[in-house]
Amino acid sequence: MKQHKKGLTILILVTAFLLAAALLAGSPGRTESVQAAMRDSVLHDVNQISLFGWKAVNPGLISAFITTAVLLLAAVCLRIFVIPRFQYVPGKLQLLLEEVVGLFDRMSQASSPHRFGFLGAYIFAAGSFIFTGTLFELLGLQAITVHGHPVTLPAPLSDINSAIALGTLSYLVILSGGIASNGLQGVRMTLKEFSLPISMSFRLFGALLSGLLVTELVYYYISLSFVLPVVVGVLFTLLHALIQTYVLTMLTALYYGEVSEKPKERKKKPKKKWFARHRHK
Amino acid sequence: MPLNIDWQQILLHWMNLAILTGGLYFILYKPVKQFMSKREEYYRELDRRAEEKLSQANQAHETYQAKLEQADEEIRQARAQAQLAAQQSVKEQLAQAKDQAQHIVALARVEAEHSRDQIMKQSKRELKELAAKAAKKLATHPDTDPFDQFLNLAEGGKPNEKR
Repeated sequence: MKQHKKGLTILILVTAFLLAAALLAGSPGRTESVQAAMRDSVLHDVNQISLFGWKAVNPGLISAFITTAVLLLAAVCLRIFVIPRFQYVPGKLQLLLEEVVGLFDRMSQASSPHRFGFLGAYIFAAGSFIFTGTLFELLGLQAITVHGHPVTLPAPLSDINSAIALGTLSYLVILSGGIASNGLQGVRMTLKEFSLPISMSFRLFGALLSGLLVTELVYYYISLSFVLPVVVGVLFTLLHALIQTYVLTMLTALYYGEVSEKPKERKKKPKKKWFARHRHK
Repeated sequence: MPLNIDWQQILLHWMNLAILTGGLYFILYKPVKQFMSKREEYYRELDRRAEEKLSQANQAHETYQAKLEQADEEIRQARAQAQLAAQQSVKEQLAQAKDQAQHIVALARVEAEHSRDQIMKQSKRELKELAAKAAKKLATHPDTDPFDQFLNLAEGGKPNEKR
């Protein structure tokens, strides 16, 4: 009981100290208006970051690279330290890993029972990327723009280029499933859904951008920066990370299953009998 | 391009996603799936063995059940045979007793016949003796009525009181 009271007192003191420090430190001053900040959040055409001195790119691309690096690093750590120690009766971490892998595997098998090997791997990667990338904005990592200003790295998918890349890549995966299963007919079936890459891309972009805009707006004003970000920043981000992951992976799996399904052989009409019947008449 | 769409950056994103897909597949997805398949195979094998053992147990149960049924049948047959033998024995004993009874009856009959013959012979002999005595007396006392004399003799020499 005493320990609890002590811990609570320390927590309150630390919070009070941080609040006082934030208020005393003050704001460095706004470098841009709210309109410019909103515009840049949508277009990313001003606050660009140099990619190893080769090209100025959107911050979303840097976020995507960092997300991929984090995911691959985590995967390597899990591969080296966790997977070799897997038991037939799983522990908590093993259970979590198996559940995540099993979730995408089951989704691919349920949506495309005839061909699901590559689909499972793709939606696992895409789902991991969307989920981690969306949560990435919570970290608030800073980068320096080509103009020398600090900028918070956004979620990768709030960049239109990233959303288009993921949407079109998903479409290409669907197309590859159609070709592998049904050849030219698969291509025809996939091309029928010509609006799919656009809808997928802009759905992702719109969903992530809306979250980003609300967060930007909240953080732009110092008066809104207390308590509210807990709801807006964390809960909303978690929620739409889950929703967008589910939506894109489910759509990809569904369309993949649809175009890679073997068409049932149509029953041929008995032409000879028809001709014979009418000839007798 | 409108909306700051940049094909070069899109291609970089594609490359990034391709690396991520390949990397995650080989580093995480495939090994976890392999382990899950291995465990599934292990439990399937356990299940198969359990099924096999259950099948063997069922087979043994059926065999022993058949043996028990066979033993029951044998017991039933043995009981039926024993009952049959007992009935047969009873019949034989009855027949034997009947034979013995008939034999005893026949012997008794023969004995009775013999006794009767003896008695008849004795009676006849006695009658003859009586008749001879009577004749002898009649011959010695001709004045008396022969019939009365005979009766007197028969009654031990006492005269007929009624007459």
